[in-house]
Amino acid sequence: MNQENKKQSIFTKVSDTNLLLVITIVIFFVMYIGAILFQGGAFTKPQMFFNILNANAALIITSCGMSIVMISGGIDISVGGVVALVSMCCAVHLDMHGGNIFTSMLIALGIGLAFGLVQGFLVAYLDIQPFIVSLAGMFFARGMTTIVNTKPFNVENAAFKALMETRIYIPGMGTVNKKGIYVPAYVEPGVLVALALVIVLFIVLRWTKTGRSFYAVGGNRQSALMLGINVKRTRFISHVICSSLAGIAGYVYFLHVGSGSASHALGMEMNAIASSIIGGTMLSGGVGNIAGTLFGVLSLSTIQNIVSNAGLDQAWWTGITIAAMLCLFLVIQSVVMAQKKRALK
Amino acid sequence: MKIDIKKLLSNQLLIPITALVILCLVNLVNDASFFTIKLAPNNEGYNVFSGPLITILDYGSELAILAIGMTLVTAASGGQDISVGATIAIAGSAMLRVLCGGVSKPEALAAPIIVGFLVACIVGMLCGVFNGLLVSIFRIQPMIATLILFTAGRSIAAWINNNELPIVPDPKFKYFGGFIPGIPIPTTTFIAIACIVVAALLLKFTNLGLYTQAVGINESSSRLNGINPTFIKFLSFVILGLCVAVAALIKVSRLATINYSVIAKDIEMDAILAVALGGNALSGGKFNMWGSILGAYIIQFLTTTLYKFQVDAAALPAYKAVVVIILVVFSSPVVREKLSALSSKKKAAAKGVA
Repeated sequence: MNQENKKQSIFTKVSDTNLLLVITIVIFFVMYIGAILFQGGAFTKPQMFFNILNANAALIITSCGMSIVMISGGIDISVGGVVALVSMCCAVHLDMHGGNIFTSMLIALGIGLAFGLVQGFLVAYLDIQPFIVSLAGMFFARGMTTIVNTKPFNVENAAFKALMETRIYIPGMGTVNKKGIYVPAYVEPGVLVALALVIVLFIVLRWTKTGRSFYAVGGNRQSALMLGINVKRTRFISHVICSSLAGIAGYVYFLHVGSGSASHALGMEMNAIASSIIGGTMLSGGVGNIAGTLFGVLSLSTIQNIVSNAGLDQAWWTGITIAAMLCLFLVIQSVVMAQKKRALK
Repeated sequence: MKIDIKKLLSNQLLIPITALVILCLVNLVNDASFFTIKLAPNNEGYNVFSGPLITILDYGSELAILAIGMTLVTAASGGQDISVGATIAIAGSAMLRVLCGGVSKPEALAAPIIVGFLVACIVGMLCGVFNGLLVSIFRIQPMIATLILFTAGRSIAAWINNNELPIVPDPKFKYFGGFIPGIPIPTTTFIAIACIVVAALLLKFTNLGLYTQAVGINESSSRLNGINPTFIKFLSFVILGLCVAVAALIKVSRLATINYSVIAKDIEMDAILAVALGGNALSGGKFNMWGSILGAYIIQFLTTTLYKFQVDAAALPAYKAVVVIILVVFSSPVVREKLSALSSKKKAAAKGVA
């Protein structure tokens, strides 16, 4: 670009990724601090924040996968279905087939990987629209969940229950309750898995060849091809990673709820897409950041908590607020990018 | 007789007709009584036709109406509207609110049925306007833009009626989704025919079809030719909104009430499937309305057949998903190229032998 032009606007100085990331992080902190100031109550306790993490560990993992697919220019709406299928299969395996925890984990990974391989092949090598492929994947997974077992049920497996009730206490963050008893702050094991994955994926996307090729393919497929990147394989890998992460997320979700049901994780794909978009991942591909995605999930669940704390407890408000927020961010993205294009001209 | 395989392969109606033949054969082998039609009095004492084929005609009609709008959206924007199920809930809920006046069990109608329907049309078109604005002005991918209403739609529908389930007291309201006394054919058939005629006239006497295809094939060159792509895309979503309102009338009329979380569930999948089955490219461009309408009835044929095989309603999507995958695999350009290369190779070999 024109290096001598000193009158560049602020939009062109910051890269797309960083600009959207900064917007997201600022919005999250403004929202959380606003909630502490105006709603007080539960928001003043650190455990509130950890509860958000506990409830959304699976969402964090699926959103990371979604971000990777979206960065490479695709989309995957089958993740919610995969999560439901994984939790149902693991539940049936543990309770009815006398399986153990280790094999159930393998099942979770296997289901995710299978979905990723098939969808990735259809998208990358047969060049079918990712939306249609994953829409079919979503319906297939939901339908399969009911075929595996129609009725929802709780898992009774002793070893699993022990794992499910494992708590990791965080020193120094606890609070004293009304009776004067010290209640330590805790997170569930799933949160550690989620955070570890966030760190690993952050490093992969930022500093490895594969990670950078996701951005290149999503930004401009033609130029990526010219640079010698294997575009088909990159898109394939992005789908495999996304679905495998959905498989892991399915197990984390299962660990959180401890039951199998066909109505688990309804609309999770929507929340994952919303989190990624709020976290600054562009729908058109090529722009995004895993750290932003983490903040996207946190912003989304903070809003949900604010809505339910404000007394608007009816179930429909959650759907409406998420949709409104998604709409807002989509429009912001569209406007920011249009401005940037104009500034570059 | 010489059959040109390449020409046959490229015929748009090949896929739907093959699917129809396969489905008919499967039913013939499984249970030939599938094709019988009985004339018997229904609950209200009128003689009506019944049987699986009539069910297909009845329920396929609402799908055909949606398929008309979905074809236009697909052709113009290269994406699909996945919010149709949710917007049916919104339009239906608005209609009930007007008809029942916000009371859950009214004695009489609060407004004439036609007013309720017009309100549903306006609401459906407003949803179309919302989706259309996001897609055409803000240039958001259609499926993502409609994802917003897909999530929020059923919540909004519940909110319109304060989460109550009003029941329409007038028995005439049930005619739209059932039978008119004295006429043994489902009313939905006539509604569908009316919609199809309107659509056919619109395509015949206006440039809508041509412009839509032009925008879908190449947006920038259609702009250079003096077409406004933004407006055409926007218009296609508004027309779909109108189709949704008609479908909502039928859906609500069937029960005379509404169930927010269940009404028209998964219908977006069927509508998209109808368009794909009709041989239309899901990536936009050229379209064939008749293919989509035929596709809609075939989808309903498939659904009815699956029910005949005692497939659980909740497990239905799994089977349909397999059909979608098979369809898109065969219509993908990569596979088509390979297939036609294969057939021309065979031809070359045959020539070599001769």
